[in-house]
Amino acid sequence: MERVRDLASKKAVVIFTKSSCFMCHSIKALFYDLGASPAVHELDQDTKGREMEWALKGLGCNPTVPAVFIGGVFVGSSKDIISLHVEGSLKQMLINAKAIWF
Amino acid sequence: MAGTTIKIGAEDNNKRRSATSVMPSFFSQTPVSNPMGTEANATQSSRLLDYGVLEQYLGFRVGDSSGPRFTSTVDGRLSSSDLHSQAFNMTHPSTSTLLPGSQAMQFHKSLAPMPNIVSASSAQHENWGDSNMTDSSSHTDTSTDVEPRDKNLQFEMGQSAAVVISDYTDKSEERTQDQKTQRRLAQNREAARKSRLRKKAYVQQLENSRLKLTQLEQEVQRARQQGVFIASTADQSHAGSANGALAFDAEYARWMEEQNRHINELRTAVNSRTNDAELRNIVNNVITHFNDVFRLQGNAAKADVFHILLGMWKTPAERCFLWIGGFRPSELLKLLVNQLEPLTEQQLTGIFNLQQSSHQAEDALSQGMDALQQSIAETLATGSSGSQGSSGNVANYMGQMAMAMGKLGSLEGFIRQADNLRQQTLQQMHRVLTTKQSARALLLINDYFSRLRALSSLWLARPQE
Repeated sequence: MERVRDLASKKAVVIFTKSSCFMCHSIKALFYDLGASPAVHELDQDTKGREMEWALKGLGCNPTVPAVFIGGVFVGSSKDIISLHVEGSLKQMLINAKAIWF
Repeated sequence: MAGTTIKIGAEDNNKRRSATSVMPSFFSQTPVSNPMGTEANATQSSRLLDYGVLEQYLGFRVGDSSGPRFTSTVDGRLSSSDLHSQAFNMTHPSTSTLLPGSQAMQFHKSLAPMPNIVSASSAQHENWGDSNMTDSSSHTDTSTDVEPRDKNLQFEMGQSAAVVISDYTDKSEERTQDQKTQRRLAQNREAARKSRLRKKAYVQQLENSRLKLTQLEQEVQRARQQGVFIASTADQSHAGSANGALAFDAEYARWMEEQNRHINELRTAVNSRTNDAELRNIVNNVITHFNDVFRLQGNAAKADVFHILLGMWKTPAERCFLWIGGFRPSELLKLLVNQLEPLTEQQLTGIFNLQQSSHQAEDALSQGMDALQQSIAETLATGSSGSQGSSGNVANYMGQMAMAMGKLGSLEGFIRQADNLRQQTLQQMHRVLTTKQSARALLLINDYFSRLRALSSLWLARPQE
């Protein structure tokens, strides 16, 4: 959990993924398309990956990857991101976190 | 075919015979192929033919024990470990020589997995499948009975048994065996005949079913052309997924009916200019009803992802413009914008932003799908060179398949997110527009898809040269 929080606070947009997850690929693509440059951490490449996944599950992230943090705050998984984006809220969150400027 | 039943007791594998015994491998339990005439092999420990006549004929001590008895079966179902239960039916001997050892009985080596029985001391103790039986055997005429191990055991048994048993067989026993054989042959013929009749009946049934199927297909085609919605079940290849797909098709049909009812209600409400509150109610109903179909699709995707992904239950034209199992939200909005005028500035911006967001989300999901497809392609394309050997290739292949299977599992997630996007887009559109505009939008959407379906039917019914 600590590691998750720690990594999440390091950059405006932090995404936890797995190399085997293709939805993660989509969410990453969405952020790139919006002009944000998220920090991507692959759980299956991290020694503490299993614990981190547990921590994410504890946060209510389902499925556990991709898990998106904006401005250090846990936002959600792919479903949440898409919903927020369609609503129009995602962009504002990114602007607030200084991930993008317009 | 079996002329004589020889009872030979099975014996402990490792029992060593006395020096004079030479042919323990007479029965298949022992893959010994030493010719009879060869010197007694003390290490020959396999079955002995406890047969007085044979004993004399062979001129060797049958054994230091009471003489094991086992019977052999022609079909060669021998369990090496259970010699006692072997029942052989030997074919009637044709030659006059008794050939102990493997030459007489050709059994698959696999059936006689008691290599330790085979004397290692003599070079004559070849493997069963070895055709070099013609060595020091004095019964060269029987050496031709030595057959490759993968020949039919019965055949071999017949031959070899014939070779072996001939002389010393008791005549009366012969006759009984003959009768038994005849009876068995008759039974076989009968069974074969019945089997042929059954097969014929089955084929007939299949033919009838096929005819019926073509008739039904034609009927369905005609009905479809008249605009009747018929769930397509054409591509059910697997029973499990077929159930999921068929169930979904039925559920979808029901959903469509309900949707049509809602839409009609909405249309009457719009035309009769009902008050806003009531209209809003009806509109909410329609939008909520859309959620139902997305939920159904999500569940069905678990059972049969390809059925949903390929829109198998939709008409061909709908299927043609499919995007991950359904419509493309941004496209739909583009169609609507022009027809929803007049829109306020705010609304225009709202709709435009919605179009852009959904388009971005669509692109993201498409990219994920492309990456998935590419990954599966790479997994399957990784060919194995021949250098690994056959077992390596098989393991490789299975590994590839397992990996590809895992990747295919991601498809369900994409369908779910695509449906989620559609749902969110509809809801957001409803938020941006006024109630009346939402009502009109929903009617427009419905009309668009009806026309698309009608187009499909017309296309299918078009006259072809």
